[in-house]
Amino acid sequence: MTKLETSELDTVLYRRPESLEDYHLHFCPGCGHGIVHRLIAEVVDELNIRERAVCVASIGCSVNVYHYLNFDGLESAHGRAPAVATAIKRCRPHLIPFTYQGDGDLAAIGTAEIVHACARGENITTIFVNNAIYGMTGGQMAPTTLIGMYSTSTPGGRKPPLSGYPIRVCEMLSTLDGPAYIARVSIHNPATVKKAKQAIKLAFRTQLAGLGMSLVEVLSPCPVNWRLEPVEALKWLTENMLPQYPLGEFKVIEAVAALKKGAGGA
Amino acid sequence: MPKKTLMAGNIAIAEGAILAGCQAYFGYPITPQNEILEHMSKRMPEEGRVFMQTESELAAINMVYGAAATGYRAMTSTSSPGFSLEQEGISYMSGAELPGVIVNVMRGGPGLGNIGGAQGDYFQSTKGGGHGDYRIINLAPASVQEMMDFTMLAFELADKYRIPVVVLADGFLGQAMEPAVMREPVTELPGKAWAITGAQGRSKNIINSFEMEPVNFPSRVKLLLQKFDKIRRNEVRYEGLNLDDATLVIVAYGSASRSALTAMKMARQEGIPVGLFRPITLFPFPYEPLSNLAQRVNDFLVAELSLGQLIEDVKLAMGVDKRVELVNQYGGVPLSAEEILEAIKKMIKQPIGR
Repeated sequence: MTKLETSELDTVLYRRPESLEDYHLHFCPGCGHGIVHRLIAEVVDELNIRERAVCVASIGCSVNVYHYLNFDGLESAHGRAPAVATAIKRCRPHLIPFTYQGDGDLAAIGTAEIVHACARGENITTIFVNNAIYGMTGGQMAPTTLIGMYSTSTPGGRKPPLSGYPIRVCEMLSTLDGPAYIARVSIHNPATVKKAKQAIKLAFRTQLAGLGMSLVEVLSPCPVNWRLEPVEALKWLTENMLPQYPLGEFKVIEAVAALKKGAGGA
Repeated sequence: MPKKTLMAGNIAIAEGAILAGCQAYFGYPITPQNEILEHMSKRMPEEGRVFMQTESELAAINMVYGAAATGYRAMTSTSSPGFSLEQEGISYMSGAELPGVIVNVMRGGPGLGNIGGAQGDYFQSTKGGGHGDYRIINLAPASVQEMMDFTMLAFELADKYRIPVVVLADGFLGQAMEPAVMREPVTELPGKAWAITGAQGRSKNIINSFEMEPVNFPSRVKLLLQKFDKIRRNEVRYEGLNLDDATLVIVAYGSASRSALTAMKMARQEGIPVGLFRPITLFPFPYEPLSNLAQRVNDFLVAELSLGQLIEDVKLAMGVDKRVELVNQYGGVPLSAEEILEAIKKMIKQPIGR
């Protein structure tokens, strides 16, 4: 065996981030949560904030997130994660609390809490996973369910006269003066996963720099409740969710733009 | 003699919290307790502590949850309708075993009711209130001094048992002004190794009230039960006045007990041997002392500002052959000493039909 071959074998190209636990996975096949968990863990490692990070979980499929992440975490009542994270940040400013919320949690029952955390410009981070459906409870209509989309509580598809219209969370929250950084990303292919990580990293860097509220919405597949095979679900996401929920940055205050351009950029 | 300061009940609560080392206050305006929020908005920043006016009582109690999770002494104050909204958060705090203080300056209800004082939240506050199997400690002050003292005690008990503690006052006490002695500030706060402080030099801390597998949850609920039993054994508090020779005992708490005190004095001036039993902890309720009293007293008159809630606990403490009657006001109206005296006279005139 030559010296060169040994060093090649010793080089680790891909490993579990320190911030990610080896924990029994409860997600369904093709679910996007695992990818988002990993991206958060990678970002926390790269920013070297594992000992300061606090995951504020919510209710829904996200409920177990603190078991997967290898740092402090806590549960919050349905929709109230931004209030819990607010208190954590105000009490112990050196901590880096972030909420991990689904669309039912954030955009239905928790609208007041997320709107006011944003309005206050609270120096916390929100990772908002939008799969356009209530996953944990078995596929009911969410505030982000598309018009015409089937759910177990909209048998003939969502119809506006009965059920109203889907909420574009990033667009709505970016009208407020408080937020520093708001972006929508997706994880339907490797290129979008890479961009999603960049946005999540910038969101955490926004908090680390003390610039105010940062929120990243992640479009994510829910094949089981969409009644689709995992690969079909990704296709469905691109064809149906992207037109309703365009990707991009909706709020980037100047200081965050400077952060993005500067050294150690996302 | 320690120097006394004239202050309102609501201010005494705020100052008591500061003396107890409250590090974070979260609140939403609601009458008749706004003076607490307003006083804290000035005093907490002066002390370098956290103050926030929140978007709702839901946010307030969940901020108490978050602050308590970081190991901070945290509180909120509200009045009845807001207390209803906070039940969700209190249930979560109970399940997650988080300490915290909730002040409820009760007002007339149900519904929007009015801003007068009342005691209609007794069941809600002492029997759980939110969803699931839990109890929380309830302290019932009856004077401005006790508004301060019991707020301080509430923080102590909350940390001792990792449990939410309610200071159950009412609008009359909140607005009342009386002289009170400022207590010495608490300088040493207990350590909290379980708190969310960042996983530095230790494994991660998780705070939750959830188990994915139902089979894993009963053991957690059982731990709570053991805690409640310990509280029942160790934390019962009450006051008895003129009980030794009493043939009729008034049972009352909070502002109703003040009217009852006057009624007792008036009755004794007329030669009627009346005593007063005042529960201070509503959970744990003083069943045993009351039960012991019922060994020799047959007549009990419950005076309360509700349709009749405290009276159910009083009856639970009694044998079936005891006479327990109710004199009350409700919906935000005070109960006068004269009304209680009249009820006493009516009761002793009637032969006990047993």
